[in-house]
Amino acid sequence: MDTVIDAHNISKVYNRNTIPVYAVNNVHLHLNRGEFTALVGPSGSGKTTLLNMIGGLDKPDEGNIFINGQDITALSANELIDFRLRNIGFVFQSFNLIPVLTAKENVEFIMQLQKMDKKDRDERVLQLFQQIEMVDKLDERPSRLSGGQQQRVAVARALATKPQFILADEPTANLDSKSASNLLDIMAKLNKEENITFLFSTHDQRVIDRARRVITLVDGRIINDTAAVSTAHQQA
Amino acid sequence: MAWKNIWRNRNRTMITMASIYFAVILSVLADSLQDGVFDNLIKNMVSYYTGYVQVHKTGYWDEQVLDNSFESSIRTEAKIISLNETGGLTGRLESFVLASSNDQTKGSLLVGIDPENESKVTNLKTKLHEGDFIKADDQSVLLSEGLAERLNLRLTDTIVLLGQGYHGATAAGKYPVKGILKFGTPAMNDRTVFMPLKASQDLFQAYGMITSYILLVNDTEQLNTISAAVKKSLGSNYEVMTWEEMLPDIKQHIESDSRNMKFIQGILYLLICFGIFGTLLMMLEERKIEMGMLVAIGMKKMQLAILLLLESLFTLLSGCIFGLLTSIPLVYYLKLNPIKLSGDAAEAYQRFGFEPVFPTSSDPEIFLNQALVVLVIGLVLSLYPVYKVIRLDPIKSMKR
Repeated sequence: MDTVIDAHNISKVYNRNTIPVYAVNNVHLHLNRGEFTALVGPSGSGKTTLLNMIGGLDKPDEGNIFINGQDITALSANELIDFRLRNIGFVFQSFNLIPVLTAKENVEFIMQLQKMDKKDRDERVLQLFQQIEMVDKLDERPSRLSGGQQQRVAVARALATKPQFILADEPTANLDSKSASNLLDIMAKLNKEENITFLFSTHDQRVIDRARRVITLVDGRIINDTAAVSTAHQQA
Repeated sequence: MAWKNIWRNRNRTMITMASIYFAVILSVLADSLQDGVFDNLIKNMVSYYTGYVQVHKTGYWDEQVLDNSFESSIRTEAKIISLNETGGLTGRLESFVLASSNDQTKGSLLVGIDPENESKVTNLKTKLHEGDFIKADDQSVLLSEGLAERLNLRLTDTIVLLGQGYHGATAAGKYPVKGILKFGTPAMNDRTVFMPLKASQDLFQAYGMITSYILLVNDTEQLNTISAAVKKSLGSNYEVMTWEEMLPDIKQHIESDSRNMKFIQGILYLLICFGIFGTLLMMLEERKIEMGMLVAIGMKKMQLAILLLLESLFTLLSGCIFGLLTSIPLVYYLKLNPIKLSGDAAEAYQRFGFEPVFPTSSDPEIFLNQALVVLVIGLVLSLYPVYKVIRLDPIKSMKR
């Protein structure tokens, strides 16, 4: 299988000089292309910290993270920004669309950062809006879209640069059941049809139920990984 | 995107633009009023009387008596004109006399002028309030309005002048009033008598003599250069003085008032700083999460900083341009219709020797300088968001 994320012995420690608190403690994580994985655990278990480190937003105090073979812990802050732009798609809990831009412009904006030419951008935007089933909402401002629609646009934005994988931090937390279900359908379809890798941090049982792999984190440690269980079963 | 961002919070942008707009108008008005008042003051003293440069016999300025006069000479005049080709030159004979009419008397300054040349050098003729201007061979006088009132004299009335002539001779004569002049400065308006140079030389028995040459300098920036050249050319028998040397009080007043105005402008600029900075802080707080998200998804901090700078620049330029567009007609209006004090305030000004009129100056430099100062203040303050972006941590920024 094609490895996308490979995290070795990563730890993140707060209050290192007083009473150290391990937000993430010696975690090993290996994700292959096309996985649809949920990272679960109680509040404060280290899900978001782990996601931030994998997304290159934060650096581990110990260990290394390889994305597509590239050690991102060795990159400078500026190199990391560029790396994120080209390799990682982000979906946030609060959608975080730019309010002054239309849905189309929100998605196009990240491609402009990548200096993609206008023709390619237009084609890609149309393709993405077809995938999220929102072609009729291209010119709407975020304020005129429902929460579910905004989150779908956020997914399109995350996919715009054809990243290695998508990190989604509690993507359904602010959505009603129907919108959450629609969003999960779209993401599952993208995963299945385009082999896009998704890693969710979530509390939402609906996401956990749809995930093909569930990693449970408690006190910064992985206490359960369904992939490991199934591998063990297969080996047995 | 920068343009769209400006309008995301219309009220905030309007407040920022309004603070810049009013800042430009206020600072332009303050500066143009200051310059206008100073120009007016200088014009009243210099253009209507003193001239920009005067040439006297050495020692005259310290002891202003007719015995310190000198012979008017075409050769000397030619020398001076050659050094100040674009300007003009006129001779004057000045002395103090006792002016009287019926039972009223007043110590006055009698100035003998060459009417034709005087009109080329000073704007004295424009101060004519009543009657006619004198001619070279007239045996009549022009009185300043305040003196005419004090002596209760009207046109065609006769004034008696008594004084000491050249080398101790007695000077006395009767002259009809041909015109009344009205000056802005009380020092001039209350005590001046003008008569033709020839008549004054006859009165003082100072035939062919003058006490000063008055020079018109068209390019005032060349004032000191021309003054120095004339001084060098005429030698040590003559003293050459600029208006600043002759009217040190005015120069000091201008300098001290300029300092005060700079202090007031400093306070104004400080208020502008608070206004702009306040809105920048509001903007940063409001867009903290969005800026964190932009850096998280791959926007370089420098790109974000440039975006914020562009937003500031658009807002600042709009405020400055609208401020300028409003202040230009306002300044021109106040130049044509200057603020005039009346009543006690006007009297107070007049007591200190100033005309209670506040015209504005329309010097283009004022508009440009003030708009630039406000623009630079705004741009410097706009570096704060840039600093915040450079230090931005996307994780902390995105925390609610």
